[in-house]
Amino acid sequence: MSWQKKILRVNLTEGSCTAEPLNMQWAADYLGQRGLGSKYLVEEVDPKVDPLSPDNKLIFATGPLTGTASSTSARYSVITKGALTGAIACSNSGGYFGAELKFAGWDMIIFEGKAPKPVYLYINDDHAELIPADEIWGKSVWDTDKILHAKHQDPQLKISAIGKAGEEGVMYACIVNDLHRAAGRSGVGTVMGSKNLKAVAVRGTKGVSVKDPMRFMQTVMEKKKILAENPVTGQGLPTYGTQVLMNVINEVGALPTKNASVVQFDGASKISGEAMHEPRASDGKANLVTNQACFGCTIACGRVARIDKEHYTVKNRPEYWGASGGLEYENAWSLGADCGVDDLEALTFANFICNEQGYDPITFGATLAAAMELYEMGVITDEDTGGVKLNFGSAEALTTMAEQVGKGEGFGMILGLGSKRLCEKYGHPELSMSVKGQEFPAYDPRGIQGMGLTYATSNRGACHLRSYTVASEILGIPEKTDPLVTEGKAGLVKAFQDATAAVDSSGLCVFTTFAWTLEDFYPQIDAACEGEWTLERLAQTGERIWNMERQFNMAAGFTAKDDTLPKRLLTEPASSGPAAGKVNGLDKMLPEYYELRGWSKEGVPTPDTLRSLGLS
Amino acid sequence: MQRSLYISPDKCTGCLQCEMACSFEHEGNFNPAKSRIKVFTFHTEGRFVPYTCTQCDEAWCKSACPTEAITLDAATGAKMVNDGLCVGCKVCTIACPFGTINYNTTTGKVMKCDLCGGDPACAKACPTQAITYIDAEGTGYDKMRTWASRTDTQTAAQA
Amino acid sequence: MQYVVIGAGPAGVTAAETIRKQDPSGEVILIGDEPEPAYSRMAIPYYLADKIPEQGTYLRHDPKHLDSLGVRQLKQRVTRVDSAARQLQLAGGGALGFDRLLLATGSDPVKPPIDGLDQPGVHHCWTLEDARNIVKYAQPGSHVVLMGAGFIGCIIMEALAERGVDLTVVEMGDRMVPRMMDQESGNLIKQWCIDKGVTVHTSTRVTGVKANASGAARITLSCDPVGTLEADLVVVAAGVKPAVDYLRDSGIELAQGVVVNEYMESSVPGIYAAGDTCEGIDWGSDGQHAVHAIQPVAAETGRIAALNMCGEVTPYPGSMAMNVLDTLGLVSVSYGQWMGVPGGDEVHRLDSDEYRYIKLQFNGDRLIGAITLGRTEHVGVLRGLIQSRTRLGKWKQHLMEDPTRIMEAYLGATQLTQG
Ligand SMILES: Cc1cc2nc3c(=O)[nH]c(=O)nc-3n(C[C@H](O)[C@H](O)[C@H](O)COP(=O)(O)OP(=O)(O)OC[C@H]3O[C@@H](n4cnc5c(N)ncnc54)[C@H](O)[C@@H]3O)c2cc1C
Ligand code: SF4
Ligand code: SF4
Repeated sequence: MSWQKKILRVNLTEGSCTAEPLNMQWAADYLGQRGLGSKYLVEEVDPKVDPLSPDNKLIFATGPLTGTASSTSARYSVITKGALTGAIACSNSGGYFGAELKFAGWDMIIFEGKAPKPVYLYINDDHAELIPADEIWGKSVWDTDKILHAKHQDPQLKISAIGKAGEEGVMYACIVNDLHRAAGRSGVGTVMGSKNLKAVAVRGTKGVSVKDPMRFMQTVMEKKKILAENPVTGQGLPTYGTQVLMNVINEVGALPTKNASVVQFDGASKISGEAMHEPRASDGKANLVTNQACFGCTIACGRVARIDKEHYTVKNRPEYWGASGGLEYENAWSLGADCGVDDLEALTFANFICNEQGYDPITFGATLAAAMELYEMGVITDEDTGGVKLNFGSAEALTTMAEQVGKGEGFGMILGLGSKRLCEKYGHPELSMSVKGQEFPAYDPRGIQGMGLTYATSNRGACHLRSYTVASEILGIPEKTDPLVTEGKAGLVKAFQDATAAVDSSGLCVFTTFAWTLEDFYPQIDAACEGEWTLERLAQTGERIWNMERQFNMAAGFTAKDDTLPKRLLTEPASSGPAAGKVNGLDKMLPEYYELRGWSKEGVPTPDTLRSLGLS
Repeated sequence: MQRSLYISPDKCTGCLQCEMACSFEHEGNFNPAKSRIKVFTFHTEGRFVPYTCTQCDEAWCKSACPTEAITLDAATGAKMVNDGLCVGCKVCTIACPFGTINYNTTTGKVMKCDLCGGDPACAKACPTQAITYIDAEGTGYDKMRTWASRTDTQTAAQA
Repeated sequence: MQYVVIGAGPAGVTAAETIRKQDPSGEVILIGDEPEPAYSRMAIPYYLADKIPEQGTYLRHDPKHLDSLGVRQLKQRVTRVDSAARQLQLAGGGALGFDRLLLATGSDPVKPPIDGLDQPGVHHCWTLEDARNIVKYAQPGSHVVLMGAGFIGCIIMEALAERGVDLTVVEMGDRMVPRMMDQESGNLIKQWCIDKGVTVHTSTRVTGVKANASGAARITLSCDPVGTLEADLVVVAAGVKPAVDYLRDSGIELAQGVVVNEYMESSVPGIYAAGDTCEGIDWGSDGQHAVHAIQPVAAETGRIAALNMCGEVTPYPGSMAMNVLDTLGLVSVSYGQWMGVPGGDEVHRLDSDEYRYIKLQFNGDRLIGAITLGRTEHVGVLRGLIQSRTRLGKWKQHLMEDPTRIMEAYLGATQLTQG
């Protein structure tokens, strides 16, 4: 029940597709999606493997609530050893693809090996086959989507694909489903490209059942009501999307700007959620067309935007005149504030290109920001960039480079390395705003202290989605803490990390946690899934997952030394705003965090800890 | 007063809660492929259009049926498929000009909206009131039928 | 007012009901020559497949339905219509007058000019009586030859297969269902049937049928070019033609069928025709006439004719060929002018491996015909788009790029306000 109890193993080397039963013991211990997919990875892949070698595996995993009437039941995750980071990677996506995979009767797909020639996987309920990808290799995500729909003559087909970026080895290529939803971070698309796997197209007509349908429907109805009545999930997110944060975070002085050299951006209001609603001077229309839900989602935070037809980026390019995925806060920040660009239409265009060609806008923006800093320092020259002036604030630089990365051309090839490799190449590793190889997103840890610990300890490299303490430190959810102090943040981070790991394993979206706690999740899981699911069991499942991911990373060669932050955040005080004069106090939080986790001073889970979690 | 489903596409977010509610009501599980209401996506317009049977008066499906398997529910106005009588000939599916009665390959019968006996699950599940179940009059429901009437044998000649 | 309806099939029954609704006091007489209560021929395949009992084919399930409407029913055969005298001759002797007359006598199966078709074990599949005979001979393992892979032939193929017979199909045309499917789709259906274990001979004609005293099978067929075939049962499905023989001297204009105008009225005022019998306006053809021997047309023209008979002036824009066919599980649909028109545009997609096909025909930015194979979802909207003459505007281009987006095109062209 709720699990389909069946996984699809695809051996790309041999070209075989085999059904096998889901390991229900593991499902009981790791729930689904992030937890369960990671369990399979940990069991099947040598942590030392080169992420881009055929020995790495790529796992698409749904959760038990994916494809049910629970609100936000769209989610699936892609789990692999990350190309960008070399750490365990788990990128989560919404849209419609994940639910469709579930409806076809599969909990998970495990890709192994490497196809001798480019292929895509076609799934029609029980039927699964690898098909040569000749017509779509070299094509963008958007073209691939079109071609496969027409080819299979099925408008209901749901498609997840890599673009040119994934084929060309851009280190932060993502996997895009339903045109503009992405398993975005850590280079999961790069791994997919390295396997010569272009796309997964799925159609499912079998449906998903739950254990106790009546109780489930009743519970789900109550929980949907909570989302509807909550100011964030009921109003803020549907109206402004995550972009509701742009002005807020700028005001608290935590908006990393110009490669995090400063913490406030003058142009913030011009690229904010509010600005997306404003009629443009040019054509009187707003950038935002509508909000959009993912499958099953009653929040509907997604942005659908349209670029001004007269804007330089799309003038005479009607293929970009239609509406498509608009700016989320992280992208508006990375493409905008971090590069100092305040041209909303240019950001929207760069964002379109990220979706069209399939690469992560956070890492791209942060990498470009680092390159801009190096350019202004004179380290990167016009010769390197092919004459493009990489100055902070240049919209042209942003959109030109976005297209170059997408096509794997010119300086785009260098930007495609990600900031860590790029900054090393130019002799300034300290200018990469990354942890474990992955760029941190839109919250400056000098202004929001807890996020420093979040970034430093995140198992997939810097990331806000592993423990979103912003909720507490800025929005007061579940209770307000002071963003400028370090006290209590270790506990906060641990609690958020464990809860999020559980949520990410359920099939539901982490944005519900603005309104829900695990108290709201476990009754839904219990009504849907076999066995008895209590609050304690769910919380422990989260902690187990966190420690398992940690073990993988340690075996891969990461140590406590990697639980750190870019030097800038630790040594250069914020220059303005409420956090002026502050650096991040990681050194105060980290030891306490290790202790709370039951880890040694070297950040290694103790045997006791492992035993209590059933991990030894 | 008979009520009807009233759909405001501009309120729809494309969440498909309606499709899940519909399939749950009729099939007992979550299976949009078996939903009687479908949401169509207009990606480049940023629009979502939920669509289902308009329960037309002179129902094409009903008159085409060779075995009287489609009948009128007098209480709700819904045209109902009687699975016991339906032989699965599919002639209704090509007669209905809206494409809203469809063959169910699993059961070998056709399926269409039956208004859930007067308490439509889709309307209850919709988080944005894009689908409501209200008095047929004054809903603009007639507007929805304008196109219907253009196919209607009575007026198509003048159209 | 005395209304007489000849033929108790879907056209006749729908008409009788509609007349009663329009004119509560008029006299309504429904004459049919078959012994059973009014039934649907198109339900016969499901009876053959043992999916329903005979009663399952009945048009109306309440046995008192027509009585309760006050429709008088005569089980009689009409042999002659005297238009001038406004009188009918009945086979049992006797005559019947009328003020308004509806000819709804359906079709007769075509009997090809081949020797030996008149013998036990050779049957049409048109009436319940035929069906009972087929059931008798079509036993598991018996050899059955189906003459004609037209629409009816293909429809009963599944029923025969389900009876467990060893089936061979002989079709004169170069593909299956040549009048409904184009080359690609007709061949795909053929391939499908072969995959399902049916022997198919296209471009083959039966030249003779003989009783076979010696061999295991009872009948021997000579075929050109295949040679001889043996059969326990031969089902002749070589097409149908309007049942109008009894009208030869009536003065009513006949072509293939009874020629009617847009009010379903024949050349003789007060005499109307509907269903398979009538040759009405061919929808979308600039006023040409055609016979469309299909169920939805029977029901619709029955209703329209009845309205006009009762003085409720109701023009009919014409009927269009439209068919849905389930050949051993492969569903095909065809509408209107699927062969296209000069100067029109066509788009199609073929996936032979998956048995999927779709083809759309346009005239300007209007859809005029379509074929689909392997698709059951929302096909009806094709009819809506064609018959409402919807101007597709930019949605035509979308369909040219992806012809499967028919629902989107319909909703886009009719519901979305540009924004
Ligand atoms: C096996 C089979 C499968 C079919 N499948 C389909 C399908 O899937 N889809 C589809 O659209 N169509 C199908 N058809 C065709 C469909 O059944 C006919 O188009 C429909 O029955 C026509 O209805 P009607 O009322 O015009 O004529 P009929 O149903 O033929 O009824 C006419 C009646 O009039 C009687 N009659 C004839 N002459 C006289 C007379 N002189 N006096 C008294 N009574 C008379 C006849 O005996 C008959 O009872 C199928 C037909 C068959 C046989
Ligand atoms: S299914 Fe179609 S024909 Fe039947 S009542 Fe609904 S809209 Fe009318
Ligand atoms: S439930 Fe409502 S908002 Fe969601 S897809 Fe259906 S109609 Fe749209």
